[in-house]
Amino acid sequence: MLLFRLKRTVKLGIKSLWIHRLRSTLTTLGIIFGVSSVIAMLAIGEGASQHAQEQIARLGSLNIIIRTVEPPEEQNVTGQEQSFQEYGLTYKDAERLRSSIPNVEVVVPIRRLAQQAWYRNRKVAVEVIGTVPWHLETSPIRLERGRFLASVDMNYKQDICIIDERVIDELFAFDDPLDQDLKIASDYYRVVGIVSAQSPVSTARGVENEIAEVKRQSGANAGNIYIPLTTVKDRFGEMKIQLSGESGASVEKVELQEIIIKVAAMEQVLPTRETLDTLLNRFHKKDDYQITVPLELLRQARRTQRIFSIVLGSIAAISLLVGGIGIMNIMLATVSERTREIGIRRALGAKKRDIVFQFLSETLILTLAGGLLGIVLGSTIPYLVTYFGNMPTVITGGSLLLSFGISGAVGITFGLYPAYRAANMDPIESLRHE
Amino acid sequence: MEEFHKNLDFDDNDSILVFEKLCKHYHLGQVELKVLRNIDLTINKGDYVAIMGPSGSGKSTLLNMIGCLDRPTSGKYILAGQDVSLLDDDRLSLIRGLHIGFIFQSFNLISQLNIIENIEVPMYYQGISEYESAARAEELAALVGLSDRLKHRPTELSGGQQQRVAIARALVNDPLIILADEPTGNLDSESGAEILAILEHLHEQGKTLIVITHDDNIARHSEKQIHLLDGRIQRQAYSR
Ligand SMILES: Nc1ncnc2c1ncn2[C@@H]1O[C@H](COP(=O)(O)OP(=O)(O)OP(=O)(O)O)[C@@H](O)[C@H]1O
Ligand SMILES: [Mg+2]
Repeated sequence: MLLFRLKRTVKLGIKSLWIHRLRSTLTTLGIIFGVSSVIAMLAIGEGASQHAQEQIARLGSLNIIIRTVEPPEEQNVTGQEQSFQEYGLTYKDAERLRSSIPNVEVVVPIRRLAQQAWYRNRKVAVEVIGTVPWHLETSPIRLERGRFLASVDMNYKQDICIIDERVIDELFAFDDPLDQDLKIASDYYRVVGIVSAQSPVSTARGVENEIAEVKRQSGANAGNIYIPLTTVKDRFGEMKIQLSGESGASVEKVELQEIIIKVAAMEQVLPTRETLDTLLNRFHKKDDYQITVPLELLRQARRTQRIFSIVLGSIAAISLLVGGIGIMNIMLATVSERTREIGIRRALGAKKRDIVFQFLSETLILTLAGGLLGIVLGSTIPYLVTYFGNMPTVITGGSLLLSFGISGAVGITFGLYPAYRAANMDPIESLRHE
Repeated sequence: MEEFHKNLDFDDNDSILVFEKLCKHYHLGQVELKVLRNIDLTINKGDYVAIMGPSGSGKSTLLNMIGCLDRPTSGKYILAGQDVSLLDDDRLSLIRGLHIGFIFQSFNLISQLNIIENIEVPMYYQGISEYESAARAEELAALVGLSDRLKHRPTELSGGQQQRVAIARALVNDPLIILADEPTGNLDSESGAEILAILEHLHEQGKTLIVITHDDNIARHSEKQIHLLDGRIQRQAYSR
């Protein structure tokens, strides 16, 4: 009985709206935009927070990362084409950090190099990471097979390496990589372990850019090879020669690309960052290092996300409000246009609540249709944002449900008054209405 | 509503509606306009009543009162043995839907709906099923000779045809009383005669008809004429 009524009322509502289709469409635009901005807002917010969390997980929330950066260009006084520069983090820095800063649990000095690795006749661009056995304590990568570096490897500068899954994908089609020899530059390294792949951190700079460049040239997205830090120092040295122009060349000396520090507890992260900055500052005259705190990244991400949410939220609220008012306006016009119809229906036995039901369901059809279209439009906006704005977005089922609910709520809020007005008109006067 | 139906068991000669000292006043600013004054009236089941009188004498107001569209300022209105002057809006709507059939001078069909849907409207509000109401509507459309126009819009019909649709709509819930306010007022004499013939036919079937008219022709067909003047019943006359 109720269902039957609902069906007839909805049919009638669609019919009346169809008669004024242009008007109905224009009226729903406000709801469409409102709902789509709600969805876009939630998708961007969710994307930002997931992205931030991933990044934190990758970098470690207890970690402080110090990176070598090229100091700002110095005026070349002599005007010579050749230059020599020494900068960046050193082994001494690592030693000082370990010995003189409280709360520091782990210090991982890292050397990074862009290289090519060969296996038989296959070649892949890789990032060689010279590191220490306790590297895994500061990194989310997992040991899958074999072993990681050991202190013997360090002491004897062993020619061994641990490769990640991406390197395997590129180099080893059928062979088991364990105990095979890889060639990097002019030396061979034995594979002793396999670790999970680590996607590059988006805040990458310096060496990582270079690696990215090499990888782009070789057309591959190859992975990392971990080698004992001492071995790397021995085999590759610390000099980098860059040829520029016809006869010009610049030589750079960098000991370490990165030092990762892990503290015991979350609340020690920021104070420790301050102390180590002060310490490093004393020994570095040039601006040649940069400190990244994942925890701070998280805060920053949250701040950006909040600003986005506020902006999009206000747009959503305003367009929903304007949309709702537009709908109320149209419904009031409809009610006064159809005064006579209302009078006729009342004379033929319609109760007040029948009239309320009729007009309210018309409003609801409008807003829910707007809500559905808004969901369609709103689901495409995040893709555009991701594509053009380079921002991660995630659409959740909850946000779709929420926005559909909101459009229903708008329909009821702004539809009730016109419907009540229709129901409370005097039947005789409505019948006399032209 | 149960009780109301129970109260419908009355003798053939019993009065279907009774007005006792019924008054209707309108307030226009300071002035009180007395549109109906102390109306005492009894109408029996099966009566064919014509209400006549000059313009502004209160005919439509009286008819609306009978049709439960309006409430008296004072006095009593007893419909089928029940005092309806005290009922709330929902009750009055129910009575209109079940027991009153309205026919208007300007037809008052709903323009968005086609003929069959227009006839179905009163059944819709009584919760009659779609299937049943479609069948009944078709039956009544056939009765007024419009079987071939079921899917047409009201605007595609002549005035006489529209009024026939309105009559079908008025009959659809098998009402106690059919009320018509100048049903032929907007029609040419030929269509008017057709409508009159249908009304006459309904009367012969035992329906209670109350018709406002300026037309002596209708008045001649009716059994009883009530002449209103200035909100009062000036005289009642019986033909036949
Ligand atoms: N809602 C109202 N407010 C004030 N005055 C009203 C109202 N409705 C009707 N009247 C007045 O009541 C009087 C009777 O009106 P009614 O419509 O009953 O006349 P009528 O006899 O049907 O006239 P006609 O033959 O022209 O239709 C008129 O003077 C009219 O102006
Ligand atoms: Mg009148």
